[in-house]
Amino acid sequence: MSGEAEFRVRVAETETVADGIRRLRLVPLGRAALPLFSGGAHTVLTMQDEDRVLRNPYSLMGSPFDSSSYQISVLRTRDSRGGSIFVHDKLKEGSELSITAPVNLFPIDRRARRHLLIAGGIGITPFMAMMEQLEREELPFELHYGMRSKAGGAYWSALRDTYGRRINTYFDDAQQKIPLTRLLENQPLGTHLYVCGPAAMIDWVLTEAREAGWPEENVHFERFSAPPAGAPFTIELAKAGRVIDVKPTQSILEAIEAAGLTVPFLCRGGACGQCETHVVSCSGTIEHNDHFLSAAEKASGGKIMICVSRLKSAGSRIVLDL
Amino acid sequence: MGLVFKNETFRDDFTFSNSPAAIKRFPFPFHEDRYMYTVNIEPHIAGPKGSVYEFPIDIDEHYLSDMRDRALVLKEDPLRCQSLPHMLTAEWDLVELLMTSMSESYPEHFTLTREGDNWHWINRPMGIDQKFTFGDVATLPYRPMEYITRQCQGDFCLLDQRDGDLWMDAGIVSTQADWSLDFDVGMSFKEWHAPVPMAHEVGVFDRALKFLLNMQQGKPVRRLNWTMTINPRLDTSPENYHKWGKDRTTVTPENVGNKVHLRVELQGLWRLPRSNAIVFSIRAYLIKMDELVTVPKWGRRLHRVLKTLPDAIADYKGTTRYRQTTIDWLAKYDDGAPTSKGCWPD
Repeated sequence: MSGEAEFRVRVAETETVADGIRRLRLVPLGRAALPLFSGGAHTVLTMQDEDRVLRNPYSLMGSPFDSSSYQISVLRTRDSRGGSIFVHDKLKEGSELSITAPVNLFPIDRRARRHLLIAGGIGITPFMAMMEQLEREELPFELHYGMRSKAGGAYWSALRDTYGRRINTYFDDAQQKIPLTRLLENQPLGTHLYVCGPAAMIDWVLTEAREAGWPEENVHFERFSAPPAGAPFTIELAKAGRVIDVKPTQSILEAIEAAGLTVPFLCRGGACGQCETHVVSCSGTIEHNDHFLSAAEKASGGKIMICVSRLKSAGSRIVLDL
Repeated sequence: MGLVFKNETFRDDFTFSNSPAAIKRFPFPFHEDRYMYTVNIEPHIAGPKGSVYEFPIDIDEHYLSDMRDRALVLKEDPLRCQSLPHMLTAEWDLVELLMTSMSESYPEHFTLTREGDNWHWINRPMGIDQKFTFGDVATLPYRPMEYITRQCQGDFCLLDQRDGDLWMDAGIVSTQADWSLDFDVGMSFKEWHAPVPMAHEVGVFDRALKFLLNMQQGKPVRRLNWTMTINPRLDTSPENYHKWGKDRTTVTPENVGNKVHLRVELQGLWRLPRSNAIVFSIRAYLIKMDELVTVPKWGRRLHRVLKTLPDAIADYKGTTRYRQTTIDWLAKYDDGAPTSKGCWPD
């Protein structure tokens, strides 16, 4: 029973599994096994890129029952911060890094009579682990998986081999589209819907589900935001008595960490609520990028999720209760 | 060194008592001379050797008698153990947590051997030798949660996490301070805490819920809760109120020392791996006033805590009828001297 929540791992294997998608297998360093996890869980990778520390969340896509290694898949994106580029260009077999203990913000709801999984692109990864667990627990599921193309989609062929007709694939370049309306209208009572993919796809599925009369409790989604870049601004930590500049490609959380301070975090994607921080005062406008605070809380300006949210205009200043 | 298990009862003739060693390790809950609700959650990390915090799951001299009492409760009322159908994965997670912890902490009493899903469990004090297939209910004589909790001290609840809340969807509760799993099963975190006075207003449950929803694997936490019980009765359930409620009227200045017990619950919380559920364990420790005042600091402090306790909390804890009698009795152990910070004996 270890009390630690972060461990060192080594990259044991890398593989390009589709255009722009790289799979990594991570094995533990200095301990025999990694904790088991539940389908839908993620880990946060800490990557040391020269003088910069990057921490990004990635869904665990390997078997939840394999304690010898974790697997993640990363899509190369042209995000301004360079996390995915670091994974693609700088990590190699033998590289060592730190990861956090698994956290699940996208768990299976085992009350469901049936599990309807909708994936878009790299959003397939949490479902890989989830389906392995659903299969083992003998829970009925079906997957509908949209991709740009056969070459750009990961794992679809292997998934078909493993799960047969429960895997339905759709390729944009063949003008195939997930028949969402029909799917949502033709499910037995007690079905739960899960969606993970690009933001626009999640919005589409949630809207359609609402219009089709699905109860909110039966609809689950995983929406991580990478912290967006923006204008530089200044934060003041009221309790610590520190003034810190936040660079255009840094989040507030990253700027605080770069200054040598630590604050609690879990998902770093604006979803879990762990880094919720009280605002003492603010000279500018907060750009709320999280999915945690309610619309009313965002409007009041009294709280900010420092992992993804920032100030809109250059030179403005926010005082935080930290 | 092995534990020596006592043979005692928690009903009828009430032969339960604490050895001097058990008194010394009693988890006295008051770190100062007054009491108020707080989010008193701390990491469940190893504490001093010999203390109730030494191991994740504490087994003590009352083990066999506790387990005998639980079996009696379950025989009379099988609904003390309930699990909604979607909690089976969490039940297996609990089997792993308890068997692993018990065998690692007390290897002379418990042994677990695992080869893949083929598990072999030996419980020497209870004379159990069980081979089973992890994940296969048919290979155990009971459902997984009931199987292992008939062999582990403390009540256990399994909380499912969904929709930004926790749901009490399974549990075994036979040593409770006047609450009922049969009543609470399926309730959300705030529903089952609704009867607690004063704590809602100070936001304790909002903060505790947010904390628990983000609890991580490998980082269990604990807190202490307390109440008072007349006679060393583990099963003070609403279902059996007719058997023990009247005990509260039997306290006299002459019998306080033997009848009135401080009841402390060591509550542990763990995130489970496969199910993402949370285990909530509630381990009750009883100590009679005669035993408690053998530690002078505890006698002084409990006297002051009871004297200053807000009436709403005293009522909620069911102490109204005998509180003043107990305060009067404890007064002779309170010389007014200052008490040191913290819970441990001086």
